[in-house]
Amino acid sequence: MTAILNAVFAPGFFGSAPVHLALLTGGVAAFVSGAVGAFAVLRGQSYAGHALADISVTGGSGSYLVGISPLLGFAGIGVLAAAVMDMVGIRRPRGRDLATGIVRGAGLGLAALFLFWDTTHTSTTGAAVTVLFGSMFTLSPAVVPLVIGCAVVALAIIVILARPLLLSSVSPDLAAARGVGVRAVGLMCLIAIALAVSLSALTIGTILSTALLVGPAATAMRLTRRPGRAAVGAALLGVAVTWGGIVLAYDSFPWPPSHDGWPVSFFVVALTLVCYVLAQLAPQRRPAGRATPAPAETGRSGAAEFRMGE
Amino acid sequence: MFAPFMMNAWIVGTMVAVVAGVVGFFVVMRGSAFAADAVPQGAFAGAAGASLIGVSTLLGLSVFALAGALGIGLLGRRGRHDVATALTLVAMLGLGALFLSFTTQYSAEIFALLFGEILGISASEILPVALLGLLCIAVIAVAYRPLLLSSLAPESGAARGVRPGRIELLFLVILALATSMTLPVVGALLIFSLMIGPPAAARSLTASPARAMALSVVIAVALAWVAIAASYQTDWPVGFFVGTGGAVCYAGGRLWAARSAARRSGRSPSGAAAAAVTAEAG
Repeated sequence: MTAILNAVFAPGFFGSAPVHLALLTGGVAAFVSGAVGAFAVLRGQSYAGHALADISVTGGSGSYLVGISPLLGFAGIGVLAAAVMDMVGIRRPRGRDLATGIVRGAGLGLAALFLFWDTTHTSTTGAAVTVLFGSMFTLSPAVVPLVIGCAVVALAIIVILARPLLLSSVSPDLAAARGVGVRAVGLMCLIAIALAVSLSALTIGTILSTALLVGPAATAMRLTRRPGRAAVGAALLGVAVTWGGIVLAYDSFPWPPSHDGWPVSFFVVALTLVCYVLAQLAPQRRPAGRATPAPAETGRSGAAEFRMGE
Repeated sequence: MFAPFMMNAWIVGTMVAVVAGVVGFFVVMRGSAFAADAVPQGAFAGAAGASLIGVSTLLGLSVFALAGALGIGLLGRRGRHDVATALTLVAMLGLGALFLSFTTQYSAEIFALLFGEILGISASEILPVALLGLLCIAVIAVAYRPLLLSSLAPESGAARGVRPGRIELLFLVILALATSMTLPVVGALLIFSLMIGPPAAARSLTASPARAMALSVVIAVALAWVAIAASYQTDWPVGFFVGTGGAVCYAGGRLWAARSAARRSGRSPSGAAAAAVTAEAG
């Protein structure tokens, strides 16, 4: 028994303080990203999520310049960009993607400048790598209250606005007729997405935080049609793949070629994709509340009976 | 600014802008901003992989860009298109993170691949970039009609025997080719600004597709030249000027469209464009 445990968890895993911190912050970030991600996928806002993640590079690199916590930088720029996207945004989905992309491009242009200044003026070497690929094992414990704070705000937005959000993504007209402020609700959703990707950016890096936003949500929605269940399922799945990634990354220290450990973000992404592919193999669930089989099935069974009758 | 060592930058920068202007026109027309964003960013991982096993960067970029384009095209046929794009992208970037951890991470090299390095272009890079660019333009020239028709009026395109799935795949492959040639110059994260800023502005200025494409190339070349000159003068990364310049182009186009719409409240621009292309095709 202990042999098996030792094979899975390399010796020293449970005693290491950086691992404890990584499990805590990584778990919180993944939980929030999964829950918020279910709404992002449902509303067709995967691209907005990805763009906000990219833009948070600007905040991360800027935070090194002024010397504040990277998470404050990620979240601050993310919320600002969400507001700009809403301002520029056009109603038609095509126009919306274009406006999202333009804001992303401008944000990344600034990021290029900030990272350049990081390396030339403040001699923060490796800022680019830390911001882009995350720093799960080198976090400082001081960041924990901020992580919890961001997580609570993002989850509160999603829980409080769950019904109007769902209604306005299914039918904006109906939602407006019922007195839902469609635009305000959309902006709050973008802000929740921005906070969620900021948290993931801290742990698995800005360019991979899309994985935790979209991957678990798409997997959970393959398995259930109910939005609430999908959100909870995605959150739990996110935590599972993140913790699995941390365990594997810890195990990988003696692995070739560098004997320095494989990146934890690689394992998190790989596990996320494995879960998604496995969910594709699962049989598609019929929509909830429909007792009769789908027309195609009736047709097929009818044809089979007919052939048997002959 | 026009010293011999800068000539490569001007030549390659111009070629890149012409191709970005042409391909970007279709990106904007088809509304495939996310794919145009994901293919270059994912291809970045290919460059990291190429440097790991010691083959040419351009080869690594091309292989990953094509793989990404095919992944988006084939996975997108079943299930949500944006989810397929996002998952293809993170799969490639996850591999990229792994490759980068294997090499002795040269921070400067990563920075150049992501944000562009106009001064580092050698004379030997001009020929492959030119060939890829010509190939891109040639494919677009051959498939111009069906591409335009399926972008502007999908239903009428399908009625004329244009198969939307195949055209989408062809378009993604063109995007991959354009990515491979532009990435080393403007960088993975900002190719996209050069590809959507100028065409979005051009579309606001004119309703005719042919004129919009020409205008898009002109604006893209102007943007690239301004960015190279400004980058040379200030020593700041070229990506900064491309990214913010693209946004300025877009804002200018939106303002122009709003003003002319206020002046004559007639047909909508997209309706006029669709009418123009069906008239041209028929």
